[in-house]
Amino acid sequence: MNEIPKRTIVQRFHLVFVFWLVVFLICLIGSSIITGVNLDLLVSNISQFFELLKQMVNPDWGYSRYIIQPLLETIQMAVIGTSLGTLIALPFSFIAARTVIKNKYVTSVIRFFLNLMRTLPDLLLAALFVAIVGIGPVAGVATLTVFSFAMISKLFYETIETIDFGPIDALTTSGANKMQVIVFAIVPQVINQFISYFLYTFEINVRASTILGYLGAGGIGVFLQRSLSSFRYDQTAVIIIAIFVVVLIIDTLSNVLREKLR
Amino acid sequence: MKKIIKNPKYNWLIWGVIIIAIYVWSFSGIEFSGIKDSAGEVTNSIFGGLFNPDWAYTYDGSGEDLVNLIIQTLAIAFLGTFISAILSVPFAFWAAHIKKNSSKFRSQTGKIVLTIIRTFPEIVLAIMFIKAVGPGAFAGVLALSIHSIGMLGKLFSEALENADYGPSEAITSAGGNHSQVLFFATLPTVLPEFLSLTLYRFEIAVRSASILGMVGAGGIGTPLIFAIQTRSWSRVGIILIGIIVMVTAIDFISGILRKKLV
Repeated sequence: MNEIPKRTIVQRFHLVFVFWLVVFLICLIGSSIITGVNLDLLVSNISQFFELLKQMVNPDWGYSRYIIQPLLETIQMAVIGTSLGTLIALPFSFIAARTVIKNKYVTSVIRFFLNLMRTLPDLLLAALFVAIVGIGPVAGVATLTVFSFAMISKLFYETIETIDFGPIDALTTSGANKMQVIVFAIVPQVINQFISYFLYTFEINVRASTILGYLGAGGIGVFLQRSLSSFRYDQTAVIIIAIFVVVLIIDTLSNVLREKLR
Repeated sequence: MKKIIKNPKYNWLIWGVIIIAIYVWSFSGIEFSGIKDSAGEVTNSIFGGLFNPDWAYTYDGSGEDLVNLIIQTLAIAFLGTFISAILSVPFAFWAAHIKKNSSKFRSQTGKIVLTIIRTFPEIVLAIMFIKAVGPGAFAGVLALSIHSIGMLGKLFSEALENADYGPSEAITSAGGNHSQVLFFATLPTVLPEFLSLTLYRFEIAVRSASILGMVGAGGIGTPLIFAIQTRSWSRVGIILIGIIVMVTAIDFISGILRKKLV
């Protein structure tokens, strides 16, 4: 006890920290080179960016009556996409939950599949579905269905795994089968959380659906693309403000409902 | 709502009617008949492409191959997240409502600004930056660095609000000034959380960076959209596999690092 504790070389020179710093700096410099960072260009041309912003500050309000219909279509796409995705996700979330299926191999395979699905970004799915079903809102619905399926199934199976086992054991010992256990022991415990997650996914889908149309998958994004490609940034501004209002309304409604579910 | 509905017995009825109305409205708005006849065929081709990918595209030394573009995508995400993490800190202090007596107005305006940034579509930002600095990875970096502020600033400000203020009070009572409180108490307390949130945002940025190329902002998205448009499905297959592997690997590594941090 009367010795000063000796520090190892690693501790004395903070080697762990230095190691991470070096790794970080290499990544940073490497990234700058690969992405062709050019600050001179940025400084000399940033005025063009602000020029566009300036055009956006004067929105073409007359345009707003043309975008109400596509905005509604966007919400319709989100409602159907989220609902279909949830319907498909339900059986998967029960199979992926270790509290329902005791076989580790089954749950692991399902989870691996769900993880792979979740890696695909929304716009990428939209591009694929536009190629499959053609330009239009159906491609958007399909995109949102797959996207919410991947997200909901994970949220759901994690919820199912946190439940209380008492009711399950009680039902199992009194001779209930798997289906009865799910309906009478699991569902009542998770239903509120499920609805809450459903609303949360719906919020995300409303945001996502506003840009899907950029690739032709219906909704307001189609008009966003049109206004951008015709350089009508005053119309773009109206669309962005409209998206903002819709997202705000949906988020507020959804938050109120989710508060009630608590 | 509660005041209007006197008898809670009929609550479910009212909700049922509302929900049915929403679904009727949604399904009436989407034209489901417009699916192309070739849908099944294209789906088969896409899966065919996934199982018979164009391996030759993986690496051909031209700089436009899969490996190079995946690295470029990661570089865009890394640099974009890094810049936005730095830019987010002042926004976080602006939006965080820390002390009871601090200005509510200030934190509210900060939160609104962050919401506006978050809702401004990433793709529109990318197009605006492409107008300024030309198409390529740099425009993608700039779009990501600005767009991510919306989310990171919000997460950072929440971390600041939930932080432990014991150390700052200790330094204040020992006569420390504002910058000393900031550098010796506040930042060390929240830094691990900030890093963890930044890593989380990096995971999302990797997904974004892989689709920003669809509008010309660099990365793997550009060859992907070309491959889809020219219907070269084996090329689409190899790019999809590349994206799935990249995102899975990044999620895995980032998950380990975040577990170490918190």
